[in-house]
Parts: sequence; structure tokens; C-alpha cells
Amino acid sequence: MPEPLVFHFDVDGNDFTSAGTASVTVKKNLRQLGLPSEVIKKLSIAMYEGEINMVIHADGGTADVIVGESYIDIILADHGPGIPNVELAMQEGYSTATAQIHSLGFGAGMGLPNMKRYSDEMTIDTRLNEGTTVKMRIYL
Amino acid sequence: MESYEHSVLLDRQKCTGCTTCLHHCPTEAIRIINGHAVISQNRCIDCGECIRRCPHNAKRAVSSPLEAMDRFRYKIALPAPSLYGQFNNMDDVDYILNGLLRLGFDDVFEVSKAAELVTAYTRQYMKAENLPVPLISSACPVILRLISLMYPMLEDNVLHLLPPMEVAAQLARERALKQHPELKPEDIGVCFISPCPSKVSYVRNNFGGYKSQVDEVVAMNDIYFRLLDIMKREDKMLSLSDSGMSGISWAESGGESTALLNEGYLAADGIDNVCKVLEEIDNGTIQHVSFVELNACPAGCVGGVLTVQNPYIAKARLRSIGRYLPLALNFPPAGTDGIPKQYLFGDMPSYIPAARLSESYIESIRMMGEIERLRSTLPGIDCGACGAPTCRAHAEDAVRQGIKTVSCPLQQTGQREEKP
Repeated sequence: MPEPLVFHFDVDGNDFTSAGTASVTVKKNLRQLGLPSEVIKKLSIAMYEGEINMVIHADGGTADVIVGESYIDIILADHGPGIPNVELAMQEGYSTATAQIHSLGFGAGMGLPNMKRYSDEMTIDTRLNEGTTVKMRIYL
Repeated sequence: MESYEHSVLLDRQKCTGCTTCLHHCPTEAIRIINGHAVISQNRCIDCGECIRRCPHNAKRAVSSPLEAMDRFRYKIALPAPSLYGQFNNMDDVDYILNGLLRLGFDDVFEVSKAAELVTAYTRQYMKAENLPVPLISSACPVILRLISLMYPMLEDNVLHLLPPMEVAAQLARERALKQHPELKPEDIGVCFISPCPSKVSYVRNNFGGYKSQVDEVVAMNDIYFRLLDIMKREDKMLSLSDSGMSGISWAESGGESTALLNEGYLAADGIDNVCKVLEEIDNGTIQHVSFVELNACPAGCVGGVLTVQNPYIAKARLRSIGRYLPLALNFPPAGTDGIPKQYLFGDMPSYIPAARLSESYIESIRMMGEIERLRSTLPGIDCGACGAPTCRAHAEDAVRQGIKTVSCPLQQTGQREEKP
């Protein structure tokens, strides 16, 4: 097995229109590896949701994708406000996004639930006023 | 695949190796080698973007001369609706259709007529259950090639109905045989008057498993001035035009989908926009859309590289031509139900998906690691001076060829520092 591939992205918090660009780049790379389209789809949705979350709630952050032999990890880290109640945030339809975000068609309260649905394992490490790190793993 | 005949060619005398086409090719099919653009036959989708962009007119489309039709006893013209938008002060389509007869055709069959039927059949098609969502229009051959090459996971979403040009060709042949029982099928020649080169390769390559019923594709800009001359002399006209507003509107982006009278549609035009929409469809982020119309050319077929007029002017003209026409004049024969089998197609064009680095996943990871390593040594400004469209593509070319180092012209001349 060669070294795992690592893709690193800075997710810009100010730019709503470019949110989701990291997941598009990752998708193109994964296609070149010949991964099945179901895996790519799961991964890109999970990652896209995470990216959007960081833009809406945390003023951006970083995204790392680690491609190994039997799994792919996505690590999303931000220095945002943290999630006060993870259980509540995991509920479908629960959202703290502003009206302005809603008017852009986001903030449906499906971000974290979708991330969980489309990944095989997910852990959330969050500290109030310090930031949040979400790790997702998808097995191949 | 090896014998695939493309319709975009390069004039080496005119090509200066300037890199303009390199940066605009949506499939990164072009490299500049020894000072000239070289198009990869495996990656070219005949979109004509390089023809549109080339500042030196070094790229041209292959099409047939009108004289190629001389070998047929009975010649039928199939004008694309975009042709109607090419003429100034032209308020009646019959001027054009009569002009085509004067040019030597024995019959004219409007593609817009067939477009109205395709619309009716699409409505039927969409009534079926368990259809993939959204359905993607099959009318633009470039889009089908793009999907096969870059988005093979969306092949199932493509509407497997033949484009209006093919339906028109079938109907025109049927009509000719009925009206002229003395004709044998091989006496009849069908000539499509095309706004774009992609129809040329579509017809010449027996698209997917389907054998095209069109014999020759003539470029709109080849026929334009001859037609213009003849049209001016026209005084007595036959009443030939038989299509409504909806059929004619297929010439512009949004025409096909609005004709469906269906709420949930999306229409995108221009190859970059199309790629973005395909990405979104793959992501599953497009909601409440059941039909997607995609046109490779800006503004739709009126923006094809073989047209004469500015696409937006052509669009405005089509609107004024269509204003007082009924919505549609062509419908499936009364009492019939279902879509005739001969209007459906089976296979998509066969491309080897471009993306894949190696058959082996492990080897692909190794190669991509190497690509990333090489790329990080390059300046990352995607100038094209090395002949590849981006630094990433340059690194990928090297790894695919088994080369361990990359050479950057800017770093060699000291204009950019070499990165460790």
C-alpha cells in the first residue's frame, strides 16, 4: 500500500457562492481513482454538507480528505462557536441558521443528519466558543 | 472507438500555438505540441468550443458540401429551426423553405415539426413510473458525449428518445416513399442543415447502436449566402411551413423544456454551465426538477459555431416569427398510444470514461500521490506554456507517461522559482 492520499482545503467563510468547491475537487479526484459512483456520491454529499455548515455557522475552516486502501476519512475542523446541544442539532429539521441563510435555500436542518446518513461512522468533537471537529469515515 | 470520426479539425498553418483553445476545452482534450494544438481523439466531444474561441481561425468544422447530395435522385432538406433566426426582416418561414426548394431540393421537412412530436412523446415518456430523476434531454449530441466521457454515472438519467433531427429524417423518408411510389429507399437523400459540428459526427458515427437516417450534414454558414440570394428573387411561394411556436423555440435554450408545459424544469446553456449542472445532479442537490435541458452552445442551438448571426439577435427574431403562430401543429397520430419503438435509442456512445488513472485502485492511489507531488513543484498559475491546460494536467500527463519529473518553461527561464 502506498502512502495514503491527503487532500487539504481551506474553506472560506465569507464566500457563500464558492462553498462546495472542495467537495467538487475531491469528487473529481476520486473519480480518477476509479471508485464506485455510490461511494463518491456518499462522500461528496457528506462533505458538501459539512462545508456548507462551516460557512454558515463557523466562518469557515479546514477540510482534509484522507484516502486509504479500505476507507476514506473526512475531517472538518473549524474555530466557530461550537454546538451547544449536539443531540438537538442532529435532529432533522432543527436549524439555527438566520433568515438570510434560509432565503438562500440553505438552513433546512438537514446538514448534520445528512452527514451521518451518508457516512459509515461519524464523531463530533465540539467545544463552546472554541470550535468543532467532525470526523466522518466511509468504508470502501 | 478507434474509427470514430470527429468533426473538428486543425489548420496547422494558421495555428500559432497560442493556448487559447487549451484553456477553453471542457474535457482538457487539447495539448500544444511542437507549437501546434493537438486534439486527443479519445477525449474530444465535438463541442466546437475551440472553434468558437480560436483567435486565428485555425480550427474548423468538417461538414459536407451541398454537392454531396447530387448522388441522390430525390433530395430532402431538413432545416434546423435555428436557420429561421439567421435572416434580417424575415417574417415568414416559407421564404426559407421555398428558397431551399429553389436551391435544388425536392422536398423540405422542418425539424421543428419533429420537435413538436418529440415534445409530445417526452410527455408520455415522463408518465412512466420509477424514472430516474431528473431526466436529461438527449437532443444535444455534445451533452450525450460529455455524459459518457465525464459523467457516466448519469447515463441512466438520459431520455432515450431520438433527437428531432432523426425523427424528422424518418418521417421525411416515409412521406417521400408515400408520395412517390416510384422511388426506392436508396434513391432518397436526407440533408440536415446544421448549426453545429456535433451533428456531423453524430450522423457519421452511427451514434451508439443507432444508424442515422440522415445522409449528409451541411453547415448553415455554407448554405447561407446561396440561400439569401435565391430567397430575394422569390415572388410566388408554396405554403410549406407547418410548425408552431413550440417547435421553432427548440432553437433556443429553454425552448424544449417550456414546450413540455411542465413546472419542474431546468435549462442550462454553455458548456461550463452545463458541467456545473451535471455536478449538481450527481450531488443530488437539485430539487423539484424533473426535466433538465442542456445545450452545449451559449443560448442554445442558435449559438452553434456554424451559424451566421449573433445568437441573441437570432433568438429575438425567432420570437417575432413565433409570435402569431399556434403553440404546436404536430401531434402523434390520433388513436395511438405509447412511443413508437423506432423513435427510441438503446446504447449511449461508447467512450472510455476519461477520468480513471489505472484499472487498479492501489495503483491509482500511487499515481495520484505522484501527481500531487509533481503538481506541488509547479507554479500553479495554469499558464499553458508547457502545452498542458493546467499545472495539474501537466503533472498528470507526466505520471501517465511514467515520467518522474516535470519541466516548466517558466521555471527554466527563471520567471518563476522552482518549488522544493
